[in-house]
Amino acid sequence: MSRRTRLGLFVVCGSVLFALFVWGLAGLPAFGTFNGEYGQILNSVAGTERHVTNVVSSIVFDYRGFDTLGEEFILFAAVIGVALLLREARDDRERPRDEVRSDAVRAVGLMLVGPTILLGLSIVAHGYLTPGGGFQGGVVLAGGLALLYAAGHYRAYRAASPQGMVDFAEGVGAGGYVTVGIAALVSGAAYLENFLDLGTKGTLASGGTIVVVNAASGLAVAAALVLLFHEFLEEVMYPE
Amino acid sequence: MIPLQIVALVLVGLGALAVVATRDPLRQTLVLGLYGLALAVLFVVFQAPDVALSELVVSSVAFPFILLTALVKMRGRRRE
Repeated sequence: MSRRTRLGLFVVCGSVLFALFVWGLAGLPAFGTFNGEYGQILNSVAGTERHVTNVVSSIVFDYRGFDTLGEEFILFAAVIGVALLLREARDDRERPRDEVRSDAVRAVGLMLVGPTILLGLSIVAHGYLTPGGGFQGGVVLAGGLALLYAAGHYRAYRAASPQGMVDFAEGVGAGGYVTVGIAALVSGAAYLENFLDLGTKGTLASGGTIVVVNAASGLAVAAALVLLFHEFLEEVMYPE
Repeated sequence: MIPLQIVALVLVGLGALAVVATRDPLRQTLVLGLYGLALAVLFVVFQAPDVALSELVVSSVAFPFILLTALVKMRGRRRE
């Protein structure tokens, strides 16, 4: 395609898109108004119904817990797919001895490993009290471990995340979520319905099953990302 | 709309342009991380801190890691 035709095509498509965009923008409700009935109801009832201070978490892990189960397994399936494609059957190869040459990167990076992991744990633990939760905290946890590689060396990173343990954590996290739902069924409630004691609002012991489901998803997300990092790093570390 | 929200919107607009305009994939990865940071600020000033945290961890931890390792792998292959 010549430059001229491309430019012409862009002008036509661009102006149509722009018109549609302006049309859509004109139809939006005024800035700051929110017409979502479902959201307004949940905002007013979630605190008393579920004893949590972060309504978003009560939606993610309770009212819409089943949706999150699906999301959890999207990540699970993606990671299994990556492992199937990239994982080597044998793991007896000598691990490369790479190291970061810059002292500054090493010092600052390794100093941040502990605080990052602590931050991740805190974001998971307080998911139903303050913004955050299993997903966000789980990624931060995996990021803390990845720092071991980025600022230290590959061997330290692999030693801190043994394959067997990470596989196990991934299974426990994903399976734990499903199990809470089944436990609800056994107790006579609907699948993933809250059946535990709701505790005191504003404390770590509040939210009933939200606590368990939140922790399970934190574990599953952290393990999933570490597994993903393992497979991608192996590709880089053993160029064949 | 408060001024901070307008600033955040402008920053995100400029950031998105910068991501598209960067040609070198390695630099693009870094610019994308900064863009994600701007987007996280936008979510905070629009009172969506949960979404801001999600955006922050995806754009500054998970995504760059995978992009960078893929880039290193491809670079190694090109040299052969």
